[in-house]
Amino acid sequence: MWLYAARRIVLTIPILLGVTIICFALVQIAPGDPIQNLLSPTASAADAARLRAAYGLDQPLPVQYFIWLGKVMVGDLGMSIANNTPVTGEVLHAFMNTIVIALISVVLAFVISMIFGIIAAYRSGKLVDKAITAIAVFGISVPPFWLGVIVVIIFAVNLSWLPATGMGASGSENFSYFRWADFKFAIMPIIALALPPLGIMTRTTRSSVAEILNQDFVQTLRAKGLSEAQVIIHAVRNIMPQAVAMLGLQLGYLIGGSVLVETVFTWPGTGYLLNKAVLTRDIPLLQGTILVLATAFVLINLVVDLAQSMIDPRLKRS
Amino acid sequence: MNDMTAPDFTLATPQTEPFVRVEDLRVKFVSRDATVRAVNGISFDLERGKVLCVIGESGSGKSVMMRSLLRLHPKNRTVIEGTMRVGDHDIAGVSDRAMIDLRGSLISMVFQEPMTALDPLYTVGDQIAETVRRHEGVSKEAAWARALELLDLVRVPSPERRLKAYPHELSGGLRQRVVIAMALSCRPSLLLADEPTTALDASVQIQILVLLRKIQREMGMSMIFVTHDLGVAAQIADQVAVMYAGRIIEYGEARDVLLSPQHPYTQAMLASTAKDQDRDVPLEAIAGNPPDLRALPDGCSFAPRCKYAGPDCTLTMPPPITDAWGHMARCFKVGIGPAGKLRFDAKIAEPV
Repeated sequence: MWLYAARRIVLTIPILLGVTIICFALVQIAPGDPIQNLLSPTASAADAARLRAAYGLDQPLPVQYFIWLGKVMVGDLGMSIANNTPVTGEVLHAFMNTIVIALISVVLAFVISMIFGIIAAYRSGKLVDKAITAIAVFGISVPPFWLGVIVVIIFAVNLSWLPATGMGASGSENFSYFRWADFKFAIMPIIALALPPLGIMTRTTRSSVAEILNQDFVQTLRAKGLSEAQVIIHAVRNIMPQAVAMLGLQLGYLIGGSVLVETVFTWPGTGYLLNKAVLTRDIPLLQGTILVLATAFVLINLVVDLAQSMIDPRLKRS
Repeated sequence: MNDMTAPDFTLATPQTEPFVRVEDLRVKFVSRDATVRAVNGISFDLERGKVLCVIGESGSGKSVMMRSLLRLHPKNRTVIEGTMRVGDHDIAGVSDRAMIDLRGSLISMVFQEPMTALDPLYTVGDQIAETVRRHEGVSKEAAWARALELLDLVRVPSPERRLKAYPHELSGGLRQRVVIAMALSCRPSLLLADEPTTALDASVQIQILVLLRKIQREMGMSMIFVTHDLGVAAQIADQVAVMYAGRIIEYGEARDVLLSPQHPYTQAMLASTAKDQDRDVPLEAIAGNPPDLRALPDGCSFAPRCKYAGPDCTLTMPPPITDAWGHMARCFKVGIGPAGKLRFDAKIAEPV
């Protein structure tokens, strides 16, 4: 087990290096010049060159990469061009804000989808199955930003129950799900974030439970006198490796891919930050955000791999 | 003798009723597209401590009959009619909850495919102990101790180590021993073995067969053993039932059925097995295919493939004809011979 874990961890190092290269390259490929955005239209070419040198943007690309990588290693992601603040602090702050809504969304979606999926698989073809399938398909097909606008119209505009945008005064440092003043800001983003993964995971849970229930060993379990509840426990454990993989994937998407939802709700998370960095061509900020998100994605997958191998003994051998 | 091999009931007074009685069992699978009549009126008795071998082609309803005795079929798509009694229990009539309690304790089952019959994510010990705890409510330690005892009983080498093994770490033969150990864990009175040796290597088959026979005798269990291997049947059976299209078409003492088969189907089946023939003599295969269970023809189901069949064989199902030794066959051309024994005679005319 430990050997397997150690090997998996070592294997992530080249992946992370690849991530840094791609992060670095992506931004170079993108059109537009950040220096031009900083300067007033009347500035001279010499001013531009001076500023370029000050940010190190006049160096050859490989040199820029290694300088950047060296700083990244010690946690320095540079200064944001737009705000002139350290990128590291800004990204981590936004990251924590995103975690506040992403983690609970994905856990909520996971738990509900497990219950839905199991019920649907057991009642396959019945009305309950059809209702759950309808909810799942709705979750998969509805664009989250549209759903976001709709819930805002209902709960913020018409009913005035919930605030339409923002995160409230506490920020991620003091955020509590049990304090209404904080939580009311998170409800609508959580709904908008949770619905798509809920749909996808319900569908996959349903099909994997159905697949497990068709396997021979389930008949053995019944033949030895286990109740249906005990059979479900076996079935759930058997779908766990797949379910955990799905969970990791969805968490990765929500941490990085919630640009639309966070923008709709002006939730100050990584998605919102990415949007801002792109619009202002703030290269260090963009690079830093993408790097943190990609690293988080890689690490989540590492955890998923290790969790899977703990659940399924057959995976450890390979 | 240890407690495993001395069930109390062997000391009881002789039974007036057989231990297992199945009467006119019918099983249908109903779906939107078709109704499959898998079992069409099976009746048999089985004494305590005896082995009944059920022989038949794939699709003759052998496995369906076995699963019916445990009520393992999906409830919403299956119609089971007839009576099944095991000991004092009315299998067809008890509640679902009571049936769950009987599974694994009164009746257990060993399946055909040891590679897939065990949960891949649980250790062998967990799976055996789970069964013990389910029925006997003992502590975890006691259940594991019992699991160890059981692995020892089914001759698994170094059982302590094997208890902590996962199914994928064991060979097919060892897995089948584990499945058997699990089936025996709560001292069942009736063991259903559904082709337990079919998926195994030839040398392992014999070992498993000998083991099952030995344990069955020691524990005084009744056993229903499904196979399509006549050699296996000859090894293990007290009685033999030959199934075709969901019916028992010949039944009797193993010796009678296997040595002097009277039903044309049994005769043809025995003729199509390789025994002492010379190399160049081709085996006699039975022409045609088993009938479609979605649309069973009237009359004798074997008639379309039977070389003796007359035009009227397809009108009604032949009734069972039984001789004084309990040898039964369902064929219009079978009668009671001069010695009082069941005898096939192609000249007997089918009723009009």
